[in-house]
Amino acid sequence: MAHVDNVMPGKTLLQVRDLKKRFGHFEVLKTIDLAIEEGKVTFLIGPSGGGKSTLLRCLNFLEKPSGGEITFDGERLCGEEAGRFACAPESVLRRVRTRMPMVFQHFNLFNHRTVLENVVEGPIFVQRRNRDEAITHAQDILRRVGLYDWSDRFPGQLSGGQKQRVAIARAVAMKPDLILFDEPTSALDPELVSGVLDTIKALAEEGSTMVVVTHEMAFARRLADTVHFVCDGVIAESGPPAQLFDNPRSERLKNFIGSILR
Amino acid sequence: MYEFFVILIPRHMPFLIEGALVTVQLAVLSIAVGIVIGLVVALGRLSSFRPFRWALTTYVEIWRDVPLIVQLLVIYFTLPEIGISLPAFAAGVLGLSLNVGAYLSEVFRAAILSVDSGQKDGGLSIGMSRVMIYRRIILPQALRIAVPTIGGYFIGLLKDTSLVSYISVSELLRNGVIIISNTFQSMQIYLMVALIYFVLSFVASILVARLERRLTPAYLRAGHITPAGAHP
Repeated sequence: MAHVDNVMPGKTLLQVRDLKKRFGHFEVLKTIDLAIEEGKVTFLIGPSGGGKSTLLRCLNFLEKPSGGEITFDGERLCGEEAGRFACAPESVLRRVRTRMPMVFQHFNLFNHRTVLENVVEGPIFVQRRNRDEAITHAQDILRRVGLYDWSDRFPGQLSGGQKQRVAIARAVAMKPDLILFDEPTSALDPELVSGVLDTIKALAEEGSTMVVVTHEMAFARRLADTVHFVCDGVIAESGPPAQLFDNPRSERLKNFIGSILR
Repeated sequence: MYEFFVILIPRHMPFLIEGALVTVQLAVLSIAVGIVIGLVVALGRLSSFRPFRWALTTYVEIWRDVPLIVQLLVIYFTLPEIGISLPAFAAGVLGLSLNVGAYLSEVFRAAILSVDSGQKDGGLSIGMSRVMIYRRIILPQALRIAVPTIGGYFIGLLKDTSLVSYISVSELLRNGVIIISNTFQSMQIYLMVALIYFVLSFVASILVARLERRLTPAYLRAGHITPAGAHP
């Protein structure tokens, strides 16, 4: 569903160098280096409070980083400017966010808009795409996430799992280059998790580029191209899922996997 | 009794109704201006520009801490001293709307803050600007939340307009007082005045309730549940 035409395989879409984030005196992210390749599925795992959600929110500047450099599709979005750290102007960041939408733990749908209105809001009012084309596209996406028949419902009338699939549809409708998922199943009842995971899996199989923060280790293992273990504000270990889960090198990752699989 | 219904009411009602129309004009104009003031002040107080926030907070605090009648007297009798001389009706509308605006700003502020703030992140995440998020996401929901309370303030305002009689606006109460000063029939005339205020407020409360029902959107109505048989 995402834009994959006209790109070289293996092209680096998002490059992060020495990223830092402080809240007051607390260093949430100490130094993060990360490269996201086009068409790849990247998972961020790690203990709560380790910084993985903050890292994700820094990628689309919902949180302003405190230092370091982020480059998206060749465009530098933050970095040192004449010896001072600066972020790109809000207008640039907004344009980038349309190409890199986010799916949240708590859905964050627009409560006063129907399912269809939620999905077409971005395409019609932000991207100013043709209204009819946007609606047809949105209906097509809703059909694929199994919610076409719910187009005229309001978020308050949906289950958590349905809400999250609407949120995913809202992101996909932007024709994004990259989708960010922030613990997309953590707020769901256990029986609703698989529907959402299947939707994400289908996107991955279509070649969408995505970065997923999750506690669903089995899911990460099946779907990830690369897994990063984020802990204490750094990426403590990276690699393909088999390597990370079966042969963790660091003590911290061993403990983390032990605590999850207990 | 006979005298009251057959003689006094037909004789004095037209002049009282003339005043009642002014009362309604005062209330409608003041609530309209007050809503604009309240909304602007609420947004200003939620902005990140500090001097602006302080100035507006000061306005709200002063207007809420000084009696309305004193505010009206200051606007009508003291402002001319510094060269701002307003006709009585305009002074009345200004006083009433500044007063109700101060209260409504708190109503709007609470309503805006009560809209689930995750929706802001939701809007930002698809590239919406903050202005757009307020215009398309936050305010439409906040205004619907505020409608019942605004209605309540309107009914209060309708009665508070009687204070404007002190600055010589010929509204309902003042016209009643004028009749009394000619006829000395204070008991009967005040009764008529009270009756008209009651009818005005009663009709207003019915209209407000109706507006409230009309504006309550489907997403807030009862019966708001997943239909049986539908699977998530």
